[in-house]
Amino acid sequence: TKTRDNFSQRVEELISYYREIDDEFFEELTDLLIAADVGVSTSLKIIEELKAKVKAQKIGDPEKVKGLLREIIIELLGDEPVGLDQHSGPQILLVVGVNGVGKTTAIGKLANKYTREGKKVLLAAADTFRAAAAEQLAVWAQRAGVSLIRHQEGADPAAVVYDALEAAKARGTELLIIDTAGRLHNKKNLMEELRKINRVIERGYPEADYTAYLVLDATTGQNAVQQAKVFSEVAKLDGIILTKLDGSARGGVVLAIRSELGLPVCFVGVGEGIDDLQPFDPRGFAEALF
Amino acid sequence: MAFEGLSEKLQNVMKKLSGRGKLSEADVKAAMREVRLALLEADVNYLVVKDFVKKVSERAVGGEVLSSLTPGQQVIKIVNEELTALMGKTQARINYASAPPTVIMLVGLQGAGKTTMAAKLGLNLKKQGKKPLIAACDVYRPAAIDQLKIVAEKAGVPVFEQGQGQPVKIAQGAKAECQRLLYDTLIIDTAGRLQIDQAMMDEVKAIRQAVGVHEVMLVLDAMTGQEAVNVASSFNEQVGVDSVILTKLDGDTRGGAALSLRAVTGKPIKFCGVGEKLEDFEPFYPDRMANRILGMGDMLSLIEQA
Ligand SMILES: Nc1nc2c(ncn2[C@@H]2O[C@H](COP(=O)(O)OP(=O)(O)OP(=O)(O)O)[C@@H](O)[C@H]2O)c(=O)[nH]1
Ligand SMILES: Nc1nc2c(ncn2[C@@H]2O[C@H](COP(=O)(O)OP(=O)(O)OP(=O)(O)O)[C@@H](O)[C@H]2O)c(=O)[nH]1
Ligand SMILES: [Mg+2]
Ligand SMILES: [Mg+2]
Repeated sequence: TKTRDNFSQRVEELISYYREIDDEFFEELTDLLIAADVGVSTSLKIIEELKAKVKAQKIGDPEKVKGLLREIIIELLGDEPVGLDQHSGPQILLVVGVNGVGKTTAIGKLANKYTREGKKVLLAAADTFRAAAAEQLAVWAQRAGVSLIRHQEGADPAAVVYDALEAAKARGTELLIIDTAGRLHNKKNLMEELRKINRVIERGYPEADYTAYLVLDATTGQNAVQQAKVFSEVAKLDGIILTKLDGSARGGVVLAIRSELGLPVCFVGVGEGIDDLQPFDPRGFAEALF
Repeated sequence: MAFEGLSEKLQNVMKKLSGRGKLSEADVKAAMREVRLALLEADVNYLVVKDFVKKVSERAVGGEVLSSLTPGQQVIKIVNEELTALMGKTQARINYASAPPTVIMLVGLQGAGKTTMAAKLGLNLKKQGKKPLIAACDVYRPAAIDQLKIVAEKAGVPVFEQGQGQPVKIAQGAKAECQRLLYDTLIIDTAGRLQIDQAMMDEVKAIRQAVGVHEVMLVLDAMTGQEAVNVASSFNEQVGVDSVILTKLDGDTRGGAALSLRAVTGKPIKFCGVGEKLEDFEPFYPDRMANRILGMGDMLSLIEQA
């Protein structure tokens, strides 16, 4: 993308401008990380590590610093892409996040992916709050060719989840994916509702392998760290789906989240189509950052 | 809160400053470093931060402050003044056309809150005695029209839709409907789009031209990070933006994106979304936003002493 090009161009310029590595050079690199939404404290942390390496390896060439920085970032993100475990028994996937980040769309894409891989998938519309949320999920269910458990608008989402678990058991579903309403993490009652959903899953189907993903919008700034923190307090979180990476935002805040909470990115959303979901590739992500 | 540590630090620096009789340039510089961090943690664009800190520093080391009896308070006051100035004045008014219908188009990235805002805006206009109609021009997102119809019905505002038709034609049809049934305001809900998606940007440009939009409102999620500047300037250059609406301000984000887009485009922020319900709608208050960005609530009392 254009912004990405501008950005890497700036890094190139920066590197060719500095023939020697000095404090100002590191300060400029810090700014570049901040511009990618990495956040102040994580950027400083990364640059400190970079400085130490530069010193230890006695590097005098700014050109080499770029490769080193990329290495540090890849290491921080974890080298291996992570996804749903290969599992023979029944699996449950809960999808949570703040409003409008792309939960329902990601579920449509995942349902399609796992159906194609031969799994028997079922969806649950536990967003009973937002207008036409279940209708939206129903369209995705149809596109992916899977069935959907839904209740009326305004129904208790925990009851939808309960029904879906029973249906999954009865039908021999291999993967049940649960859509939830967007909720801001500072809304106490909505977070309690999520805690309840989490409990219903844990108690209602203990034999199943349970995974929960937090969906983050790549355009989100530092607030995403707080989102990850608070959501992981009410539901178990295994990873992140980073959406809208097809835009010009680079989603650097996942570095802050990984560094502070250890939460890995599992999938990325790169568009609104059913195939626009990819496993996370730390190397590619780090390249795109610069 | 994620920013507590920082805002605490900031307040300590400010308090230290305010206790001083005399300030050196180094004192001001140290304070400005903290201000810079606070702004960056609040997602204010880093280039905007650079400019802002430079401007405040210049004023702060000028005669105005150093010769004052309470230089610390003066610095705080300058930070607050400049921040509020950058946010613009309250102008929560819509530019009505001289001959109705006034046409308003909501544009923005995916999931920003356009559809919800269309209904909120409709309800607000109705309360002011207007007769609004909403055009359903998002023909892409699954169930977008269903969603719009549900929220508009709650607001008691009629919707003009033609299913998955052509957005330009739908907008034209809706305008004709306004003239036929004497609706005085048309609100156009559009699909979410990336500012780098040329075909989609051309589509809103075409709608704008075809129906003669009076006010293009950019709907922006208050949680947006450093990208806010790219988004806002790109929409402005390509489509033309007349005003901004910030959504999801009921979260705990500092909302630095507001400052960034205001600084870059100079467009007024008119309204905010502060929740998912229809009544969660407010005019924009620049002074509150300025305080929120720096986490300055407690510092206001210090300023008042200045
Ligand atoms: N460009 C782009 N758009 C996306 C992506 N993922 C989702 N979207 C769009 O983002 C908007 C919101 O997506 P949803 O799936 O409805 O988001 P949600 O989190 O379920 O929203 P709520 O249920 O209202 O909280 C829609 O317009 C989607 O088409 C992506 O990876 N790239
Ligand atoms: N908490 C909160 N949620 C909001 C606010 N405004 C909108 N939302 C929610 O944000 C999500 C997205 O809102 P929409 O109105 O569908 O956004 P949109 O811009 O029309 O989305 P697309 O059409 O997919 O581009 C929904 O879950 C809304 O309920 C707000 O001010 N506060
Ligand atoms: Mg949804
Ligand atoms: Mg919409």
